[in-house]
Amino acid sequence: MPQIDQMFEIWSSQLFWLAVIFGLVFFVVGKGMVPKVTSTVDARDTQIASDLAAAKAARDAADEQEEAWRTRENANRESAQAIVGEAKARAQAATEARLAEAQGGIDARLAEAEARIAASRDAAAAEIETVAVDAAQDIVRQFAHVSVDEAAARAAVQEAMTRGQ
Amino acid sequence: MLAAAETAKVDPMHQFTVEPLLGHDWNVAGYNLAFTNSALWMLITAVALFVFMLGGMRQQLVPGRWQMMVESFTGFIDDMLDANIGKNGRKYLPYIFSLFMFILFANILGLMPLGVVGVHPFTFTSHFTITGILAILSFAIVLIVGFWKHGLHFFSLFVPAGTPLPMVFVIAPIEFISFLFRPFSLGLRLFVAMMAGHVLLEVLSSFVIDGWNAGAGFGVLVGIPSFVLMVAICALEILVAGIQAYVFALLSSLYINDAENLH
Repeated sequence: MPQIDQMFEIWSSQLFWLAVIFGLVFFVVGKGMVPKVTSTVDARDTQIASDLAAAKAARDAADEQEEAWRTRENANRESAQAIVGEAKARAQAATEARLAEAQGGIDARLAEAEARIAASRDAAAAEIETVAVDAAQDIVRQFAHVSVDEAAARAAVQEAMTRGQ
Repeated sequence: MLAAAETAKVDPMHQFTVEPLLGHDWNVAGYNLAFTNSALWMLITAVALFVFMLGGMRQQLVPGRWQMMVESFTGFIDDMLDANIGKNGRKYLPYIFSLFMFILFANILGLMPLGVVGVHPFTFTSHFTITGILAILSFAIVLIVGFWKHGLHFFSLFVPAGTPLPMVFVIAPIEFISFLFRPFSLGLRLFVAMMAGHVLLEVLSSFVIDGWNAGAGFGVLVGIPSFVLMVAICALEILVAGIQAYVFALLSSLYINDAENLH
C-alpha cells in the first residue's frame, strides 16, 4: 500500500505542494472569485426584490386610482340621475299645467256653447210661442170666426205648451 | 497484499504510487519537496477549478448556463453554511467552498478514463497524507475560532447542555475523546472511500483482462459480468466522489459551528 510504504519519503512533498496549491485555490478562487459570484447573486436577488416591490406599488397605485375613478363615476351617475329626475319632474309639471290650461279652455268653450245652445233653445221656444200664438189666433179666426186678442192667445198657448211638455 | 500483487498482472495498488516528476533532490532543511505526480494532479485540479470558476466571473444579471452552474455551486455551499452555522457562516464560505470544490474536482478528475489516451490520473484524495492535512486544517480552524471567540470557555463544548453535575465527570472525557477523533475520522473517511473505489475498479478490470487472457469461456463467464459491474461501480464512484466531498465540507462546517456558536 503505497500510502503507507511511501509515507516517510513523500509526506513533506505532499504537505508542501498541498499547502502551495490549496493555498492558491483558497486565495484565488475562495477569496478572489467566490465573493464576486455571491455579490452577483445578491445583487440579482435585491434587483428582483426591488422590482417586485415596484410592481406591487404600481399595482396598489392602479387599484387606488381605479377606486377613485369608481367613486367619481358613482357620484357622476348620481348627479346625472338627479338631473334626469329634475328634468322629468319639470316636464311633468309643464305637461300638467298645459293640460290644465287646455282643460280650462275646453270647459270655457263648453260652457259658452251650452249657454249659446240654451239661448238658441229659448229663442226658438219664444219663436215657437209667437208662431203658435199667431197660428192660434188665425185658427180661431178662421174656424170660429172669433177674434181673440193676442194676450188671450198667448196665455192659451203658454198653458198648452206647459201642459204638453 | 504485496505478495499477491506481484503474482497478478495488474497491481491494484500501483495506481497510488507517488513518483517524483521533477526535482528528486529538492531538499529544504532535510525535507524532500519533489514535484510528484500527486502535486501535478493537485495543480491540474486547481487549474480546472480556476477555469470552471471563470464562468462565474461574467457577473451578468441574467446568467448563462455556465455562470448559473458556478452560482449554483456557491449557492449550495452558502445555503449549507447558512443552515449549519447561521448568519455568521458567510465568512467561512471561501474556505469551505475551496475545500469542497478542490476535493470534488480531485475526486472526479481521478475517475476520468484518461488511461485510454495513456494519461493515468492520480487521485491524490486517496492519500491520507493529503486528506489528513486537510482534516487537520479544518480542525485547526475549529480550535483557533473556538479559542479566539470563547477563550477557555470553549472547553464547555465537552459538557453538553443540561448534563447533570455528577455525569459531567463521565461525559466530559468521552466528549473530549470524540472531539479529538474528529480529524482522524474526517481524513480517513475520504481517503478510505476514494481508495476502496479505485482498488475495486482496478481489481475488476484485472478480472476482465485475466479472464479473457485465460480463454473465451472465462472471458464470457468472468470478464463480461465484471465489466458490467465495473460500469455500474463507475457510476457509483461518481456519486461517492460527490458525496465524500460534500461530507467533508459538511462535517467541517458542523465542527466550525461548534466553535462559532458554542452552546
